[in-house]
Amino acid sequence: MITLQETENIAQLSEKLKKEQRALRFRRLKSNYGLLIGSIIILLFIAVALMGPLFTTYGPYQMKVLDRLLPPSAEHLLGTDEFGRDLLTRIIYGARVSISVGLIVALLSSLFGLIIGIYAAYYRTLDHILMRICDGLIAIPGILLAIALMAALGASAFNVIVALTIVFTPNIARIVRSIALVVREQTYIEAMHAQGASNTRIIWLHIVPNTLSPLLVQATFVFAEAIISEAALSFLGAGIPAPEASWGNILQASKLVIYKAWWMVVFPGAAIILSVLSLNLLGDGLRDFLDPRVKYKQKK
Amino acid sequence: MFAYISKRLLSLIPVLFVVTIAIFLIIHITPGDPAATILGIEASKEEIQELNEELGLNRPIHEQYISWVAGLMKGDLGDSLFMHQPVRTAIVEHIGPTLSLAIMAQLIALLLAIPFGIIAAYRRGSLADFSLMGVSLLGMAVPSFLLGLFLMLLIGVKLQWLPVAGYEPLSNGIWAHMQYLILPGISLGTIQAALITRMTRASMLEVLNLNYMKTARAKGLNEMRVLLKHAFRNAFLPILTVIGQTFGVLVTGAVVVESIFNIPGLGQLILNSIARRDFAVIQGVVLIVTIMYVAINLFIDLLYGFVDPRVRLDRK
Repeated sequence: MITLQETENIAQLSEKLKKEQRALRFRRLKSNYGLLIGSIIILLFIAVALMGPLFTTYGPYQMKVLDRLLPPSAEHLLGTDEFGRDLLTRIIYGARVSISVGLIVALLSSLFGLIIGIYAAYYRTLDHILMRICDGLIAIPGILLAIALMAALGASAFNVIVALTIVFTPNIARIVRSIALVVREQTYIEAMHAQGASNTRIIWLHIVPNTLSPLLVQATFVFAEAIISEAALSFLGAGIPAPEASWGNILQASKLVIYKAWWMVVFPGAAIILSVLSLNLLGDGLRDFLDPRVKYKQKK
Repeated sequence: MFAYISKRLLSLIPVLFVVTIAIFLIIHITPGDPAATILGIEASKEEIQELNEELGLNRPIHEQYISWVAGLMKGDLGDSLFMHQPVRTAIVEHIGPTLSLAIMAQLIALLLAIPFGIIAAYRRGSLADFSLMGVSLLGMAVPSFLLGLFLMLLIGVKLQWLPVAGYEPLSNGIWAHMQYLILPGISLGTIQAALITRMTRASMLEVLNLNYMKTARAKGLNEMRVLLKHAFRNAFLPILTVIGQTFGVLVTGAVVVESIFNIPGLGQLILNSIARRDFAVIQGVVLIVTIMYVAINLFIDLLYGFVDPRVRLDRK
C-alpha cells in the first residue's frame, strides 16, 4: 500500500527533478556560446529588417544625382551608390528582402521536405517514387537548377522563393526520411498499431515530433544557404530585379563601379558573411543543445 | 566487382530519367506560351505559330520529350535560336575556360590544404592548429562570388598585382593564361581548401598515433620522412575521396565565379542565354554540367570500390 505521505513525497520528488532538469537545461544554454551569439546576431538582423526603416532618414529609392558614389561620411554613414542613393538605407531594405527570402525558403522547404520524407518513410511504395525524384533533383547542381528555373519563371522575389524551395526540398526530404525510417521501427510505434491507431495519427502525433529537432537544425543551415543562393542569383542578374534592394543586387551594381566605390562591395558583403556565419553558429549550437550526445562524442 | 559496377550503373538510370524530365520541363514552366515567351511581347501570332511548329511545341508533351531524349542519345542538344548554331558547338566553345578554372582552383586548394592539414595535425592543440582551423571555418562561410569580389577589390584594384578580370586562352602562353585564373582560382578554391585542410588534419590524426609511427621513429628516420612517407601515404585515401567528390562542386562553382571575372565559360553562356530566352542553351548547359557531376561521382565510387574491397561487399 502506498500511503498518502509517500504519494506526497513522490510528487515533491518529481517536482524537484523537473526543477533540476530545467536548471540543467538553462546551464547548457548558457554555456552554449554558438547558440547564444548566433541567435543574438540573427535576431538583430531580423530586428533591423523589421524596424530599420524607422531609423533611416533616406528613402530606398531616393536618388540624388549630385551625391553619386560618395564615400562614407557623417551624412551617409556607408556612402552612396551609383544613383546617389544612401547605401545604409539600401542595405537595411536589402536585409528585409534577403532575410525574408531566406526565412521563407527555409520554412517552406522544411514543410515540404517533412511531408515528403515522412510519407516516403511510412509508405514503402511511395518511397521508391519519391526518393528517385529527390535523387534526380539532387543530382542537378543546385545553383544551376535555380538559374534555369529563374530563366523560365522570370526574375522576381516570389520566383526566387519558388526556385530555391525546389532546390532545397529534396535534401531535407532525404534527411527527414532517414530519421523517420528509424522511428517507425521503434516498439512504441508497433504498440500504437496494436492499439488500432490510424496511420495519420501515428504519422503526425508520433513520428513527426521525433523528427522535429534535427529538422530545426537543418532548417537553420538551409536559411543560411538560401541567403547565399539568393545573393548569388541576384548578383548574377537572375534574382531580385532592380530597383528593389537586395544584398546580391547591390553587389551586382558594385561590380561596375569597383574602381571607384569600395564601400559598395565591402558593406553588403559583410552583411552576407555576418548573417551566414551567425546562422551557422546557431545551427551548430542548436545541434549541440538538442542532441547532447553529439557533443559528448566529439569531445571524446 | 562486376556485380558492384553493374549495380552502380543501373542505379543511374532512374536518376538520369528524372534529371532529363526536370530539365526538359524547364521550358514548359514558363508562364504562358513558351514560344511567346521566347519571342517577346512584340511577336505576332503568326510568328509564334511558326516557332511552335519549328520547335515542335504544339505536339503532345510526351512526344516532345521522347524526341528530345532521342536527340540527346545521338549527341544532339538542339539548336540555339539566338546564336544560330547547334548548342553542342556553343558548349564545346565555352567548356574550356570552365574546366581550366576548376582545375586551377583544385590545384590551389591542394597546394594550401595538404601542408596546412599536416601541420595542424602534427602540432595539434598549438596556436598554429587553432588559427588554421579558425581560418578554415571562416573560409567555409564566405561564398565564392563574394570572396571573388573582395579579392578583385584588394589585389586587382588597390594593389594592382594581377589583372582585375578577363581571360587569355592557353594558346597565348601559359603565364598569360595563368595570371587571369589566379584570383578566380583562389575565390573558388578557398572553400575547397578549407574542407580538404580539415579532412587532412582528421585523417592524419588517426594515423599519427598508430604503433608503426613509433617504429618508424625508433628506426631513426627523420621527422619529415616519417610524416610524409609513413603517415601521409596512409592518410591519403579519405582525402582522395573528398577531392573527387567535391570536384563536381568546383565545376558548378566555376559557373558562378566566371561571371565575376568575365571569363567566357559555361557560366557566361548560360547567363547570356537567360536574357536572350535561349532555352535550348540553358537546358544544354545544365544537362552537360549535371552529367559531368554524376560521372565524376560515379568514377570516384567505382575507384573506391576498386581500392577498398569493403565498399563493394557492404552494399549488397
